[in-house]
Amino acid sequence: MKEIKEKHSLAMRWCHWVNFPMLSIMIWSGMLIYWGDDEYKIKLFGHTYFVFFPEWFYKFFNITHRLQEGMAFHFLFMWFFILNGVFYVAYTLISGEWRELVPQRKSFKEAWLVLLHDLHIRKMAPPQKKYNAAQRIAYTAIIVMGIGSVITGLAIYKPVQCYYLTRLCGGYHFARILHFVLTLGYVFFFVIHVVQVFLAGWKNFSSVITGFEVVNNKPKPIIEKGHDEEAS
Amino acid sequence: MTKKQAKKPLTTEQKINRRTFISFGVFGAAAIGGVFGWKWLYNSPEEVTAITGGTRVPLRRALNKTEIAVRRLLYSEKHLVRTYPKSMAAKNVRQNSDVGVESPIDLAAWKLQVTKGNGEKLLIGIEDIKALPKTEIVYDFKCVEGWDQIQYWGGLSFVDFVKHFNLDSETKMDYVGMETPDKLYYVGLDMDSALHPQTLLAYEMNEKPVPLNHGAPLRLIIPVKYGVKNLKRIGSISFSNQRPRDYWAEKGYDYFLGL
Repeated sequence: MKEIKEKHSLAMRWCHWVNFPMLSIMIWSGMLIYWGDDEYKIKLFGHTYFVFFPEWFYKFFNITHRLQEGMAFHFLFMWFFILNGVFYVAYTLISGEWRELVPQRKSFKEAWLVLLHDLHIRKMAPPQKKYNAAQRIAYTAIIVMGIGSVITGLAIYKPVQCYYLTRLCGGYHFARILHFVLTLGYVFFFVIHVVQVFLAGWKNFSSVITGFEVVNNKPKPIIEKGHDEEAS
Repeated sequence: MTKKQAKKPLTTEQKINRRTFISFGVFGAAAIGGVFGWKWLYNSPEEVTAITGGTRVPLRRALNKTEIAVRRLLYSEKHLVRTYPKSMAAKNVRQNSDVGVESPIDLAAWKLQVTKGNGEKLLIGIEDIKALPKTEIVYDFKCVEGWDQIQYWGGLSFVDFVKHFNLDSETKMDYVGMETPDKLYYVGLDMDSALHPQTLLAYEMNEKPVPLNHGAPLRLIIPVKYGVKNLKRIGSISFSNQRPRDYWAEKGYDYFLGL
């Protein structure tokens, strides 16, 4: 028999789908700003492995000479990004949904087993509630990263008035680096997230829009009830 | 029989269909609305260049609200820019733009022109300024492009300047305007930022006279603002209740650009 199983609250779905375009605009406008002083590179033992960003990348996304435009979009949409994030964190805390989300002590060990399972190395995945151990870590980390982006962002937006945040981030120069690295983190998260959503299939995806999943429950055998202790 | 059918409770199948339809309907409508909203904003016309320019009209309107609100909420003259030991100051001081300092200049003939509120003009020589107590600062200069550099400047603090030249009534106004002698570069500053204790009329860089490309003989150092507001080679200073013209505000940047 088909049954409706509630999965995602309306607030969670709202925050998720508002965050997606907001974060996209923030990353895009952030790129327009970063171009103004694009000095970051991955360098090890004197060898440069990657330059942020190569010329073809700027050309392809039409990023050059748009600093003032980037600042305008970034400094307006950041407020929506922050409000949405604050609402999500407040809701998650008050509703108690954080219990499903925050990593538990065993999550860090279990996350490896989840990874091995996802890579088809291990057959069994550890038992889970709404989210598995790897999801708990990822979905909590992304919130911590969001808070980090707001703090490092404010630290470079108003380094004199918010001097305490700038100090906390190790100074203006380092805060800008942190802000950039966090953005790389979002892109990394996004790639993994989308791959996982594809692999999990339509049913899982649509539950983030509808809020529920349809489960097929086998009718319980009536005769055998009470015969043995029911396996759970 | 037929009339009472409507009151029958929905089957699970019907509930699933109904909720799926509503959810996807709302989601789709919101997504389409979002795309159109974004297109409207992205394709909205650029403002007519006056004091500000170069930004989409709705963006500028919204930003004029948010940026001023942030300034009112956060700004305090007690918030000082972090200072560093002299040994950390850059020897090779970065220089970005030549606008306003490319015209030929006779340094010996240079005078700072100050227009008072009543229209009276003061002409002040560099020696008059150097004769007043010197203030020094080693701080992290921040460019709107994103780079920063620890630099060492010395000069007359703007607060001392207005006191010495009896410009107290002028400081009751809302803005200070500064322009280069050739009037090709110009900035507008809100009075609070101009009167910040760390704002300098600088004539020394790394304990030597400011070089020509850094704005000899006298330049503005205003650590509570991005580099673009730190006008080189000051020719004139005026006071106003309207926003004075500002080179980069006309080109799409925020007018205040405060840090």
